[in-house]
Amino acid sequence: MTNAAMQGTYLGQGSGLRAWLLSTDHKRVAWLYLISLTAFFFLGGAMAVLMRIELATPAGDLVSDDVYNRLFSLHGIIMVWFFLVPSIPATMGNFLLPLMIGARDLAFPRLNLASWYVFIFGSLFALFAVVAGGVDTGWTFYTPLSTLYANGFVSTAAFGVFVVGFSTIMTGINFIVTVHTLRAPGLTWFRLPIFVWTLYATSLVMVLATPVLAASLILIVLERVFGIGIFNPDLGGDPLLFQHLFWFYSHPAVYIMILPGMGVVSEVLPCFSRRPLFGYKAVAMSSMAIAVFGFLVWGHHMFVSGQSAYAGVVFSFLSFCVAIPSAIKVFNWSLTLRKGEISFETPMLYALFFLGLFTFGGLAGLFLAALAVDVHVHDTYFVIAHFHYIMVGGMVTAYMAGLHFWWSKLTGRMYSETAGRIAATVTFVGFNLTFFPQYMLGFNGMPRRYHTYPPEFQFWNVLSSAGAVVLAIGYLMPLFYLGWSLFRGARAPDNPWNATGLEWQTSSPPPPHNFETMPVVTRPAYAYDMKGLEHERFSPHREEAAR
Amino acid sequence: MSFGVPFFPHEASSEAGYVDALFYTLLVFSAVLGLTLTGLVVGYAVKYRVGSKADRTGQRSRTMWLEMSWTVASLIIAFIFFGWGAVLFVRRDHPPADALEITGLGKQWMWEFKQPGGQREINELHVPVDKPVVVSLASQDVIHSFYVPAFRIKQDAVPGRTTHVWFIATEPGRYHLFCAQYCGTQHSEMGGWVTVMAPEQYAAWLNSQGEGETLAAGGEKLFRALGCSGCHGASSKVRAPSLDGIFGRPVALDNQQTVIADERYLRDSILNPKKEIAAGYEPVMPSFDGLIDEGELQMLLAYLKSLSPQPTAGAKP
Repeated sequence: MTNAAMQGTYLGQGSGLRAWLLSTDHKRVAWLYLISLTAFFFLGGAMAVLMRIELATPAGDLVSDDVYNRLFSLHGIIMVWFFLVPSIPATMGNFLLPLMIGARDLAFPRLNLASWYVFIFGSLFALFAVVAGGVDTGWTFYTPLSTLYANGFVSTAAFGVFVVGFSTIMTGINFIVTVHTLRAPGLTWFRLPIFVWTLYATSLVMVLATPVLAASLILIVLERVFGIGIFNPDLGGDPLLFQHLFWFYSHPAVYIMILPGMGVVSEVLPCFSRRPLFGYKAVAMSSMAIAVFGFLVWGHHMFVSGQSAYAGVVFSFLSFCVAIPSAIKVFNWSLTLRKGEISFETPMLYALFFLGLFTFGGLAGLFLAALAVDVHVHDTYFVIAHFHYIMVGGMVTAYMAGLHFWWSKLTGRMYSETAGRIAATVTFVGFNLTFFPQYMLGFNGMPRRYHTYPPEFQFWNVLSSAGAVVLAIGYLMPLFYLGWSLFRGARAPDNPWNATGLEWQTSSPPPPHNFETMPVVTRPAYAYDMKGLEHERFSPHREEAAR
Repeated sequence: MSFGVPFFPHEASSEAGYVDALFYTLLVFSAVLGLTLTGLVVGYAVKYRVGSKADRTGQRSRTMWLEMSWTVASLIIAFIFFGWGAVLFVRRDHPPADALEITGLGKQWMWEFKQPGGQREINELHVPVDKPVVVSLASQDVIHSFYVPAFRIKQDAVPGRTTHVWFIATEPGRYHLFCAQYCGTQHSEMGGWVTVMAPEQYAAWLNSQGEGETLAAGGEKLFRALGCSGCHGASSKVRAPSLDGIFGRPVALDNQQTVIADERYLRDSILNPKKEIAAGYEPVMPSFDGLIDEGELQMLLAYLKSLSPQPTAGAKP
């Protein structure tokens, strides 16, 4: 890609392996993450497709039970820790956070590059576990199954996840410091794009929650290797203690996985509606509320675990409370469209699909928070459907929205709009065909993590498996047309969507240090209703304006 | 059954109807809210598409009252659903007093049940219709979960403790029993059927299973065979607390605390006697951890419970 047009941009700063692997430029680190995460996404996705093919028939005829158990365990481990948690923050967040706040880089560029190496180091353990024979504990590592009975490479995988946690913490610290210290003149907190707010909220959760995961995974490894009795009841330990520790991290981690997606959608919807975001402050504050309340609801994964019924009641109450900020966001996004000039380019299609899928996934969350109903649908496919609507229908759809929205900024190229719209639609159809039947399965009582199942569940399983094939096509398409656009795509203008936001005020792709002259911000985010003023947002006369 | 495709699960317990009432209310609420929002978004998307002639003039109305009202409305609706679910849930903790007590033991990868009369079954559970049943659950190895979708009940069986689940089956028939908590290789094979029978058929079935000894009677034999009676018996030379009427009674400990002698306490006292020592006694009892399995422990607990006068079915753990 190094040619005349790329001279002077970050892509023109050397094309050798060293120039990429040793660059502390946040934009190049973002690419390192993007490539590694894409590999993990398709690895985890391939495992899901294998599972869905197995489940097309009630009998276990494609793979053995041990292989099936390893498939869903590794699918979960890879998708959660090696794709969803870092997905938007480490790729688009890394690339865009400095651009959006008018900074030359993150606060700690070398820490940023180090975080990628730590990520790769940790992921090698997980990949080794895959190749060496797999893990069969589920991604949740419940004790005493994981400590005393599982015979896969549990310690290896757990250690890999433990190491990757440090990369998460590094990214979180870097983002927090960057938002606090490197904002451009005039960019007050309430002028920040919502994407920055959500990255900030996500980073707080990353820094505060990940150490608890690290502690619980190390305890698993210690118990397996040295036989200490933290969780083993025969030695005076408590298996439920592990669930408390695990969900104290993993429930907030759910918000690590969705908040940045909410941020992306909050950028895309106003841009393609030509309207300011409705209720900006409510959306910003609800992100922070989610980050705080998210720490108080872990017990809702344990309503039937043997924890006290009254603890269940309290956790149910708090779970309903955490639903409110999400509901507020949905209302605000919907009303943003009102009186707009709406156009339906690929990022907007993905954002609208996000809105629908997130809403229906979130509403299913009310069923799960309602205690008596959860007793029935807990650990069934209803739960699988619910969190895939949020994590895949929500987060991955938002990830695709963001990838298309900022593709021109990342690469300096435009992708094929037609191909993009087709892929978005195929994904939406495939997604619903895959996961809606799983609500029916769960309500009718099919437990999750089942290699075989009673024949009456086959109808919904066949629909779901067919949907998985469509969904796979929807996800494979961008690999080709985005890849093609890298080499053959039309040159992108600096601001193809005529969007507000500092990242659009610099060239596509940006110069190595992002801005030739430092920007000054004079107006709120999403000033789409201020006609004809778009170009004044970026003032080349930094010194004068700042005084 | 709509061509064999399951849409709505069968209701076969006293609680199923209550759970479903909440479920279907949530379903209607979700459908109305979800479809209204979908309609709103699609409506806006069509009306305000680029180039449409729709009126876009006028200031946006003040948003404060709108935001306040949907926040408050969401809160009220959330609290209604919370309260409804919680009231039904707390009933799980209060089984009817006259319930039939059955023990259930989960092990990789089967369920083993014992009727009060000692009849033992694997992956099958026979219960009478219209009669409260409490299943005391324990696990031999990892966490399992007792799940009968038609009854809308589920409870984990956790190693190292006893948990309870109760139900009143309302319709004779055979219903799926699943293990809902992933428990290793053959997790999906760990299950079977709950057979609900008319009382007279149930009685006939019990008889046909042979005259096994009751759990409590088996527990009493163990109590002697393991030497428990040597110390805890009335004529013992070693000073150990009498266990007559122990279950459900407060016990003073040597650390000034008092605990209720529930299943948790009795289980811990057998497996880990030095953990909580009754006040005034020397901690001389050996641990029986590893010497007895979960099934034997359940029999011992049944015997100890039988020494208490009133039946305290499924006391709170």
